[in-house]
Amino acid sequence: MSTPMPTTTRAALDVERIRADFPALHQEVHGRPLVYLDNAATTQKPRRVIDAVSRFYEYDCANVHRGVHLLSQRATVAYERARTTIRKFIGAADSREIVFTRGTTEAINLVASSFVRPRLEPGDEILITGMEHHSNIVPWQLLCAATGAVLKVVPITDSGEIELDRYEELLSDRTRFVAVVQVSNALGTVNPVKRMIEIAHARNIPVLVDGAQAVPHARIDVRDLDCDFYAFSGHKIYGPTGIGALYGKREHLLGMIPYQGGGDMILSVTWEKTSYAEPPHRFEAGTPNIEGAIGLAAALDYLDSLGLDAVAAHESELLETATAAVLAIPGIRLVGAARHRAGALSFVMKGVHPHDIGTILDSEGVAIRAGHHCAQPVMQRFNISATVRASFGVYNTIDEVQRLVDGLHKVKEVFG
Amino acid sequence: MSDMRELYQEIILDHNKRPRNCYVMNCANKSADGHNPLCGDTVKVYLRIENGIIEEISFQGAGCAICTASTSLMTESVKGKTVEQAKDLFDEFHHMLTGVAAEQGVELGKLQVFEGVREYPVRVKCATLAWHTLNAAMKGEEKVTTE
Repeated sequence: MSTPMPTTTRAALDVERIRADFPALHQEVHGRPLVYLDNAATTQKPRRVIDAVSRFYEYDCANVHRGVHLLSQRATVAYERARTTIRKFIGAADSREIVFTRGTTEAINLVASSFVRPRLEPGDEILITGMEHHSNIVPWQLLCAATGAVLKVVPITDSGEIELDRYEELLSDRTRFVAVVQVSNALGTVNPVKRMIEIAHARNIPVLVDGAQAVPHARIDVRDLDCDFYAFSGHKIYGPTGIGALYGKREHLLGMIPYQGGGDMILSVTWEKTSYAEPPHRFEAGTPNIEGAIGLAAALDYLDSLGLDAVAAHESELLETATAAVLAIPGIRLVGAARHRAGALSFVMKGVHPHDIGTILDSEGVAIRAGHHCAQPVMQRFNISATVRASFGVYNTIDEVQRLVDGLHKVKEVFG
Repeated sequence: MSDMRELYQEIILDHNKRPRNCYVMNCANKSADGHNPLCGDTVKVYLRIENGIIEEISFQGAGCAICTASTSLMTESVKGKTVEQAKDLFDEFHHMLTGVAAEQGVELGKLQVFEGVREYPVRVKCATLAWHTLNAAMKGEEKVTTE
């Protein structure tokens, strides 16, 4: 993701065939063929994922980890197999290091509550960056409010990159935890997380990586990164909503207190003493999102079948083409022009508010996101209230980039 | 494209480009901050109310064209009106945008240009943020959100 892919892989993806796999793409909105460029918000789902979820409800619907009957066994096998699929996909060594969550947000909250909170004394520090999504800000603010810890923020440059020197300076002897986004949802910046982890580890500080916008666009290897925790969501990688995963190093998970109490996370319950299940089940109280886990595994298998390198090459070509084409329109300015970007293009147009651009593009069949992207501090950093964000997925085409550009010319026509 | 012209009528584009009554009012005796958390748009409405009549009204802020034009046109529409008349106008305006039949037969005048917003449910709040803020200011509340 951080280096350009060789051009030879660019022909490897048959995008028309891929598009045929996604039923939702083949519809008209406002009388125009849909151009879906809001993939950083959520992706469309391939038939394989939709079928996997349907199949669970049609044949295998039962609760997991409890029944002795066949359906329960099938459900349990499918659910645990999904865990293995996720482990392989992100390069973890042990399936017990994969915890199912509702998504990235819940994964971060889980780490905040069960790993970081017990380690905090008043005056301790948590370090995040100036380009985090609200989901990697607010849990830490809540934690600081409850414990007297202090939230520190690494500033970002005018081009939307982390100030690495400042990062090093801000790691103090009170820093207990670092949480950093790998790919910014608002700017598309790819952060040097591997380097940041090395720097933190040299000071014995554990690191969580928010990978929500990274996993769809590049091969992730949590062992190569050496992160302590890695969080991502299913729905941004062609899987269902309401499911995601937390990777945590085994030694960390083993020492962590439960996040929520309930069924399926215990060994035994008595009035005198309740003992908890081993990780990962310790962190999965209650009946889980079984069909979500199965659907997510189907999505990862699908992406694997396409080849992550080919997917990344295709998307970086789309991003490069779109960046050049959009910048060629007078009055448009990129917000965040980092050297390494993935997935998303954020921009503003002189004299026209992003919401008006969003409505006009929608009338042309082009779906983009207009707003603060749940990253208001990023907007404040650039003294704007909102941007237009076009974000790309595996099924987007260069023709669709052209539809975006045509739509932006319509905006200029309307607003003169 | 023709749909877009219905939404973005000339008068809306004009008020977006050159908003009227857009200044900080130092002699205001009421004011309120309005916030649309969905998009981050904010508007501050200033009022000088004498004997129940809106003698002067101004604003700062706003956001998209619909929001800015709506705020600007609102200030023109309610200036010189009583607080009660302004509230009736808001009711009528709101009815027009949400498709609920009007009850009071209040003349909307220029505000009629926002009728097209009805076709864009997600944009209704852009058009009503200023009015919610005006309403809050008249009631003596200092902050309001559209959520």
